[in-house]
Amino acid sequence: MEALAPASRTKPAATHATASRSRHFLRQIKKYKMLLLMTLPGLVYLFVNNYIPMYGVILAFKNLNYVQGIWGSPWVGTDNFKFLFNSPDAYLITRNTILYNVAFIIVNLVLALTVALLINEIKEKVVARFYQSTFLLPHIISMVVVAYLVYSFLNADNGLVNRQLSSLFGFDSISWYNEPQHWPYILVIVNAWKGVGFLAIIYFAAIIGIDKEYYEAAIIDGAGKWKQMTRITLPLIAPVIIVMTLLAISSIMRSDFGLFYQVTMNSGPLMPTTNTIDTFVYRAMVKLGDIGMSAAAGFYQSVVCFFLILGANFAVRRISKNDALF
Amino acid sequence: MNRMSFARVSFIHLFFGAFAIVSIFPFLLVFMVSITDESSIVQNGYSILPSKINFAAYSFLFNDFAQIARAYGVTIAVTLIGTTVSLLITALFAYPLSRKGLPLRRTLSFTLFFTMLFSGGMVPWYMTYVMTFGLKNTLLAMIIPGLMLSAFNVLLMRSFFANTIPESIVESGTIDGAGEFTIFLKLIVPLSAPIMATIGLFNLLAYWNDWYNCMLFIDKPELMNIQYLMTKTLNNVQFLIMKADTSSQVGDLISKMPTETVRMALAIIGVAPLLLAYPFFQRFYISGITSGAVKG
Repeated sequence: MEALAPASRTKPAATHATASRSRHFLRQIKKYKMLLLMTLPGLVYLFVNNYIPMYGVILAFKNLNYVQGIWGSPWVGTDNFKFLFNSPDAYLITRNTILYNVAFIIVNLVLALTVALLINEIKEKVVARFYQSTFLLPHIISMVVVAYLVYSFLNADNGLVNRQLSSLFGFDSISWYNEPQHWPYILVIVNAWKGVGFLAIIYFAAIIGIDKEYYEAAIIDGAGKWKQMTRITLPLIAPVIIVMTLLAISSIMRSDFGLFYQVTMNSGPLMPTTNTIDTFVYRAMVKLGDIGMSAAAGFYQSVVCFFLILGANFAVRRISKNDALF
Repeated sequence: MNRMSFARVSFIHLFFGAFAIVSIFPFLLVFMVSITDESSIVQNGYSILPSKINFAAYSFLFNDFAQIARAYGVTIAVTLIGTTVSLLITALFAYPLSRKGLPLRRTLSFTLFFTMLFSGGMVPWYMTYVMTFGLKNTLLAMIIPGLMLSAFNVLLMRSFFANTIPESIVESGTIDGAGEFTIFLKLIVPLSAPIMATIGLFNLLAYWNDWYNCMLFIDKPELMNIQYLMTKTLNNVQFLIMKADTSSQVGDLISKMPTETVRMALAIIGVAPLLLAYPFFQRFYISGITSGAVKG
């Protein structure tokens, strides 16, 4: 409020003020010349890697031919989108992407919270740390390696499941890479295996940050472990849970390409249940060579994501202003 | 009361013990398969306790190690260059953003931040690099696209600079007559070892594990990195010997190849460096994740 007063007083001399402000601005630029220069490599990179491709979304409205290049190719209006949304694929890939993400969000949240709450109960720091780094191990390896690990279980002829577990539990061998109906379960398990450790560490960090006095007071009041968890820990880390979950919801139209492409070994028969927007875009571009339609699918994904992020951020702002992204 | 808490503690350790086994078991399985005798696999399938041990798969791979060695060479070169350059660019971008007086600070932040909100999608991105910059089949195609500057890492580093480096340090440098770049290099960087280690590690893992760029931009076998060689081999184990000169040689090699185990041996060779290094860097990695979570 104080700052406003002098500003309104100088209003009559506005032109003078702008002139001196722009002079002041130039002086500032000069003073911070070196710091501004330091940001240049990063800016150039963002321009090349992000902003030129943003402009490249015009590909979705063109019929690309390589001779005329991106700019010279003829415009086709919304034909690419019409083609995409008239094919059965558009519905299928959207459904798959969203349903997988819903399952991932719920399963990972429940498991990660359980792990985080229980790690907090371990008094020996070394043991707690050992568990944490073990659970994080799957997170650091590439999806290629994950695909190998899954293959060692599901390989039809020699895999652990068909050869060892089927006789143990008495079921017939399954041709895993040819039967799409199993893959929603498989991919949810694989995704949890890879991601729960990471999420648990984030929640655990939030739990450690809670003031110990709350618990001391609760113990004096006779609260047991269960009460402490549900009445102190969970409510106090709720903002972190909400933020992480909203972020995940905002990218509900995106999928981990590696999970759906590598782990399924790009197997054709599995596509009805494993094709997502990202694998569809890749296959339409590389296998079909349909640049316009794949660009249209990508654009559709980006636009929906954009509004989801704005919405999620709006929600976060209302819940806890400090955690909002912008 | 004591019995109760004993039961609880044992339950927790039982739960985590099971969880730890689930995390590690698949790696162990692949390793055991890679050292199983081929005949034992035909008999019993993949097993964690093979009836007969045999290192034939490894000796087969080491017999003709050139391809694997070259793929490793590509991965190592790309990782070293990529990690260094991207750490440099990230730090150079993040530090000015952490300075309160910087003019255009909001514009710069927004330019960075907007890339987290909207993207042109994979196709225009790919076309930009292939058609505008001609990166197809070059080492640069595994270094530059996508991996070099993560907005998230910049924000992480910016909040480290803003929260842990006292302003008085910059002032003292200015009084001594040092320029901004000298202050950054001589005063700020040495104080920022933890965040440099964290971001460097994030970058290193991203480059080491990358197969996506290689899949998109590289056709030439001699430019394949280890991750993509593994991808190709998983789908077709004969990919490993395809480059043999004559068809009779190929036939000969295929008949000699312990196909079931050689695949898993390659997986172990591919993942071993990461698994062996993990105990040494896991602390930095965990603290990196937590520092990202507790937002500054």
